[in-house]
Amino acid sequence: MNPLTALRRARRHLVVIAGLLTLAYMILPNVVVMVFSFNKPTGRFNYSWNHFSLDAWKSPCGAAGLCGSLGLSLQIAVYATIGATVLGTMIAFALVRYRFHGRGPVNSLIFLPMAMPEVVMAASLLTLFLNLGAQLGFWTILIAHIMFCLSFVVVAVKARVMSMDPRLEEAARDLYAGPVQTFLRVTLPIAAPGIAAGALLSFALSFDDFIITNFNAGSTVTFPMFVWGSAQRGTPVQINVIGTAMFVIAVLIVVAGQLVSGRRARAGSAS
Amino acid sequence: MTETASTGPAGGDVRLAGISKKYGSFRAVEPLDLTVPQGTFFALLGASGCGKTTTLRMIAGLEDPTTGTVFLGDRDVTDLPPHKRPVNTVFQSYALFPHLDIFENVAFGLRRRGIKSVKKQVGEMLDLVQLGDHARRKPQQLSGGQQQRVAVARALINRPQVLLLDEPLGALDLKLRRQMQLELKRIQTEVGVTFIHVTHDQEEAMTMADTIAVMNAGRVEQLGSPGELYENPRTTFVANFLGTSNLIETEILGTDGAGLTVSGGGGCKLMLPRDRCSTGTAAGGKVLVGIRPEKITLTHADDAGAIPEGRNRVPGRIADTSFIGVSTQYVVHSPVCPDLAVYAQNIERDARLVPGADVVLHWNPEHTFGLGADQDRSAGEGEAA
Repeated sequence: MNPLTALRRARRHLVVIAGLLTLAYMILPNVVVMVFSFNKPTGRFNYSWNHFSLDAWKSPCGAAGLCGSLGLSLQIAVYATIGATVLGTMIAFALVRYRFHGRGPVNSLIFLPMAMPEVVMAASLLTLFLNLGAQLGFWTILIAHIMFCLSFVVVAVKARVMSMDPRLEEAARDLYAGPVQTFLRVTLPIAAPGIAAGALLSFALSFDDFIITNFNAGSTVTFPMFVWGSAQRGTPVQINVIGTAMFVIAVLIVVAGQLVSGRRARAGSAS
Repeated sequence: MTETASTGPAGGDVRLAGISKKYGSFRAVEPLDLTVPQGTFFALLGASGCGKTTTLRMIAGLEDPTTGTVFLGDRDVTDLPPHKRPVNTVFQSYALFPHLDIFENVAFGLRRRGIKSVKKQVGEMLDLVQLGDHARRKPQQLSGGQQQRVAVARALINRPQVLLLDEPLGALDLKLRRQMQLELKRIQTEVGVTFIHVTHDQEEAMTMADTIAVMNAGRVEQLGSPGELYENPRTTFVANFLGTSNLIETEILGTDGAGLTVSGGGGCKLMLPRDRCSTGTAAGGKVLVGIRPEKITLTHADDAGAIPEGRNRVPGRIADTSFIGVSTQYVVHSPVCPDLAVYAQNIERDARLVPGADVVLHWNPEHTFGLGADQDRSAGEGEAA
């Protein structure tokens, strides 16, 4: 191929090329995680490729303490998600729907946990817990997680509630729905995408959190703490297995969601 | 028979007794008495901000009146919340539930009242509005006109005593609006439910309604059938808001039986029936004489002799003409009034009627109406959409 043609072709597909490069940039770390989950390292560290093996996949809990910490992290993430989503949704509705004293300050204070450097907040929280005489562990972690997830839920739900046509609720009331029915049948379903976004974000943030957790966990070990701890002494391949599994599950959920909504849309336009 | 007796002829009337609405110090609706007879198509017509939508929302229960009572039949519903009133609304933006399909939108009211088998009713209602094959689509997949029909179906399926329509056609383009006007009228005739329709479009109100209440600044200016309001406006607002009126300032010269003689500027004498004058008729009094542009005939000044006796005549000079297909609109300068509007059907056009031509305007005195001269002559002008 003559170089001029190649150049012209490259120029025509510049956007596609840039897109693919960006995508590769984002995906590459995940690919490394996956590939190394099939590694059989020579030493204690899973940093260089030795040869292919399914050992780690066959015994994902093979590393001592790994699955215990994973279970704990999942448990905390679920509880933190529920707590933050319920509280955050209520706060969002209150901020959008009602005019009360201190509404303005609350509106800005809600962003504070997002703006505060995490490590500072972690240290301050520890001070607070110690002064209160609280026993560090599961509950202090959960309280901390709900706290920093709240802001994200409030922001996501608030945007949704604000853009909602107030006539929809009036229409529901006009069509024989009492206050409770109106909320359950109209308000909540319409706010649902915002609530779901807030919940997913909460789950990811909580599951992933290391800094605040590390400060306030006492002797409890969550999955991120386990990974951090093992990285000092040697990284079991099982960490990559768990990482890969989580990635695959997340992708599967997204694909399934798109398939379902796509089918629903097609069914709608076909009938 | 017992059912007819309980809901009786007057049983389904909507009666507003002295209702008013204040927001802080702003009076949206002045104390208002209004009766809408059962089974009629009633329009509340007015410019935006005249209180018509607030009045409608008070009937629906979405707004609490500051004073007064809302009756449905003999029942005082003033304190009932919206979900307990046998009244349904078609909202301006339709307010279809975006998370439900068309079928569920229409079934919403039935389900909330605990009716389990809704399939047949919903199907029939969707057929009535010609959307039977769209049941499983989402509202955002429908066109504006289709959404509008869903909104009507969703309200009507509940067989309300009264259907409230808040500017239901405002979001549609002109052609579709005309089509929906006839459609709504057809549906109303078919189901026989009382329709109360809020609109700022005088043509829409006149096309559809049996009775129109013209509202202005929180008050009902005049109430009547479209023909009555158009032919016999009692205020300058109504005269200008419904169609166009030429209003000429005159002084009463005297009465002669059923007729009234007035003088405009420039020694021009006009006559009008006394019973079409909504103000005092004592000699020397001032009166605004009104005539609709389409009632006036234009004759070139050279042919003035051919105009029959007994017609009101006004001399003038054509200032402007605009050809709009079915008719030509003239603006005529005259000593009695700086610019008189005249609409002439394009049947046999006189080629001499061009700007600058001297003409005589003449019309049957029966078509003249008189209004109190103490009003703003241009009230309501240019407010109609």
